[in-house]
Amino acid sequence: MARLTINGKSLELKVDPSTPLLWAIREQAGLTGTKYGCGVAMCGACTVHMDGKAVRSCVLPVASAEGKQITTIEGLATGATLHKVQRAWVDYEVPQCGYCQAGMIMAVAALLKDKPKPTDADIDAGITNICRCGTFQQVREAIHAAAKA
Amino acid sequence: MKTPKIDRRSFVIGTAAVGAGLTLGLKIPFGASVVRAQDGSPEINAWVVIRPDETVVVRVARSEMGQGTITGLAQMVAEELEADWKKVTTEYPTPGQSVARKRPWGNFSTGGSRGIRESNEYVRKGGATARVMLVQAAANAWGVPAAECSAANSVITHKPSGRTTTYGKVAEAAAKLTPPAEVTLKDPKEWKLIGKSIKRLDTVDKVTGAQVYGFDLKLPGMLNAAIKECPVFGGKVKGFEAAKVQGMPGVKHVVPVGDSAVAVVAETWWEAKKALDALPITWDEGPNAKVSSATIADALKEGLGADQAFVRTQVGDVKGAIAGAAKKVEAVYAYPFQNHAPMEPMNATAKYTADKCEVWVPTQNGEAAFAATLAASGLPADKCEVYKINLGGGFGRRGAFHDYVTQAVRIAKQVPGTPVKLLWSREEDMVQGRYHPVMQAKMSGGLDASGNLIGLHMRLSGQSILAAVFPQNLQDGRDNATFQGVDPSGDFTLGYTVPNLLIDHAMRNTHVPPGFWRGVNINQNAIFLECFMDELALAAGVDALEFRRKLMSKHPKHLAVLNAVADRAGWGKPAPAGVHRGLAHMMAFGSYVAACAEVSVTGGDKVKVRRIICATDPGYAVNPAQIERQIAGSFVYGLSAVFMEECTVKDGAIEQTNFNTYDSMKIAQMPKVESIIMPSGGFWGGVGEPTICVAAPAVLNAMARATGKRIRTFPLKNHGYQMV
Repeated sequence: MARLTINGKSLELKVDPSTPLLWAIREQAGLTGTKYGCGVAMCGACTVHMDGKAVRSCVLPVASAEGKQITTIEGLATGATLHKVQRAWVDYEVPQCGYCQAGMIMAVAALLKDKPKPTDADIDAGITNICRCGTFQQVREAIHAAAKA
Repeated sequence: MKTPKIDRRSFVIGTAAVGAGLTLGLKIPFGASVVRAQDGSPEINAWVVIRPDETVVVRVARSEMGQGTITGLAQMVAEELEADWKKVTTEYPTPGQSVARKRPWGNFSTGGSRGIRESNEYVRKGGATARVMLVQAAANAWGVPAAECSAANSVITHKPSGRTTTYGKVAEAAAKLTPPAEVTLKDPKEWKLIGKSIKRLDTVDKVTGAQVYGFDLKLPGMLNAAIKECPVFGGKVKGFEAAKVQGMPGVKHVVPVGDSAVAVVAETWWEAKKALDALPITWDEGPNAKVSSATIADALKEGLGADQAFVRTQVGDVKGAIAGAAKKVEAVYAYPFQNHAPMEPMNATAKYTADKCEVWVPTQNGEAAFAATLAASGLPADKCEVYKINLGGGFGRRGAFHDYVTQAVRIAKQVPGTPVKLLWSREEDMVQGRYHPVMQAKMSGGLDASGNLIGLHMRLSGQSILAAVFPQNLQDGRDNATFQGVDPSGDFTLGYTVPNLLIDHAMRNTHVPPGFWRGVNINQNAIFLECFMDELALAAGVDALEFRRKLMSKHPKHLAVLNAVADRAGWGKPAPAGVHRGLAHMMAFGSYVAACAEVSVTGGDKVKVRRIICATDPGYAVNPAQIERQIAGSFVYGLSAVFMEECTVKDGAIEQTNFNTYDSMKIAQMPKVESIIMPSGGFWGGVGEPTICVAAPAVLNAMARATGKRIRTFPLKNHGYQMV
């Protein structure tokens, strides 16, 4: 069993404490916006926020997330109002297949919390997610746009 | 624009469903009985359903996997339909429906950059036919001639009286009409939607986590499966000790899958994977257990000098020309196996009962998935159905191959009545790929005393994709797809005229299964040819652009894109300090493409690709903003490949198992990409793949200028080069 707070909701999940947070989010909490890409924290598709920081949930045991505030892509918007990063993603038409974008958006939202006006160098250092469609040019434009929003 | 004639009951376009095992013609289902969508809305024809609330549902068979095809096809239907774009939405027909209705939607295959270029005509006709019927229905209701009516933005107007009605109001009546025998398509000059950078239709759900990919699917009572196939291709399962894991949490079944794989079926996928990792499996590795990258490379090397080879192009006397040349240049290049590595690993969900087999799968080819479902289930077509789910990338892995569908059905057959979702781990995805083929090339050229290219021999040696995948498509044993970009004519025409030319292929197949990988064979052919052209220019002492131009007078469209990037880059003018430029151009998938890369190399091994200017002439540009995104994205795929990606073989198996050994570009490494979209009209070229092939040779040519060293084997990481 694990008690998690995901997107502000306290959940009692029937899960082995060693299970990676990613799979508890997807398979026990039923939130499938967070993706599996590699399982070894290389690609960033599984990025969520834990107490406001971006973490790669595929290598994080669910036990270590207990008592923390977990935010997934489903919890980023405020009601029907998209987060400014999501808004910029729509305006700049960032996603291609879109599979990695939940993780990319969560990583960017955390970056902007730390660095509200990131330079290109900040972006290069802070965003290390893999996108095989290759959306990086739009990702960069959209980050700068979100920073101005 | 010509007026196409439609024989209304048997309009047939020869679109062979390559690989699908289904070769029916394309028939637009015309008739007086109304066909209805699931929600009861009338279907005007196969492509167009109009709901009473005015929603226009455009149905197309090609798959959207990020490349924008669905939006582009909808633009084309809506253009001829005169639909209000704000009311347009899309949906996929199912392969089962398609087969039952004699393939009204044509080819489902979404590969070869064919999505738009090969379906544009029939989807536009579909839109135009529906428009004529809607207008006729309104005219009938008013008792006026249809010729007095016009349509725009889903509104029909009777011009003399000023009366108006809407598509939603006349759809029911329109669906009962006999379709027109022929329709006139618009002149491209009249296009209002085609050619505009309209926002894609599928963005919002991708930023909220709401979009359901195959891997996200949930069905009532569904179990999850993890699988391991013999890592040595061609090997089999010798045995496995199910009892060792059967008591683990969540585990329901441990089952053989065919003769080469084992799956664990559990409540959750994570439980299935943990049990699979703990499951003792012994393999019969078969005859390939000793094969390595070195033995494969040796076999290819032998082919470079072999007497026998499949000849694609032979002009003049190459051997004589090169033997008598003032200067001879020779170089050997080699290109590795590469994995598609889409972000979403392979998966499929299947539910089997004795009289129905259903499959939900992210696929580039619904019909090929359907064919795999039929074969694996043993059920006839009317008892099978495939539902296409969104793809987390395809890049060719999900087009011709549906091994994961076969596996999912085989697992589901062993738990009848229960839906089972099979998901591959990344490790499984990496070692069970359908790899970019290995290829070597020996390039030999002869220059006359003035530095003109008088003879060129391009000897390819390596794998044939067609021999492994579609042997029926070989021509007298020759795999013409091997020669993409250096063909004498067609969609992949060589852009040079060389008086003595020989292009041939010594086919050397391996046990590692090859596949169509975004760009396919033109990726390596562009490197071989365009890097060697720079080597020849250097030997001739001629500027690389001038050297090419002298060979291109009969190839004006190739030349136009090359000139466009050279002009934009300021080729011939000094670059900023430390910046070096390189060029490349090809014709690929029906489009003419060129790139000029600007590169800096610091510390001898740190390569910064600063900017790439890319030009493409795809004939018509349906949605320029999406074309720009495909260009930039294709460069990420192509540059990741040339810098980082290689699958090596040891003891018959692929060694790389995840992104820690098979890296991919990050945003820090992304060059600034500037696109020049210059559609010249009169033909339809592809978009998703063509530009990928010019990124690598343009960068390599710039690197050679920066370092004075020519690299001929890939990836560049093997030479110590890092992309920064």
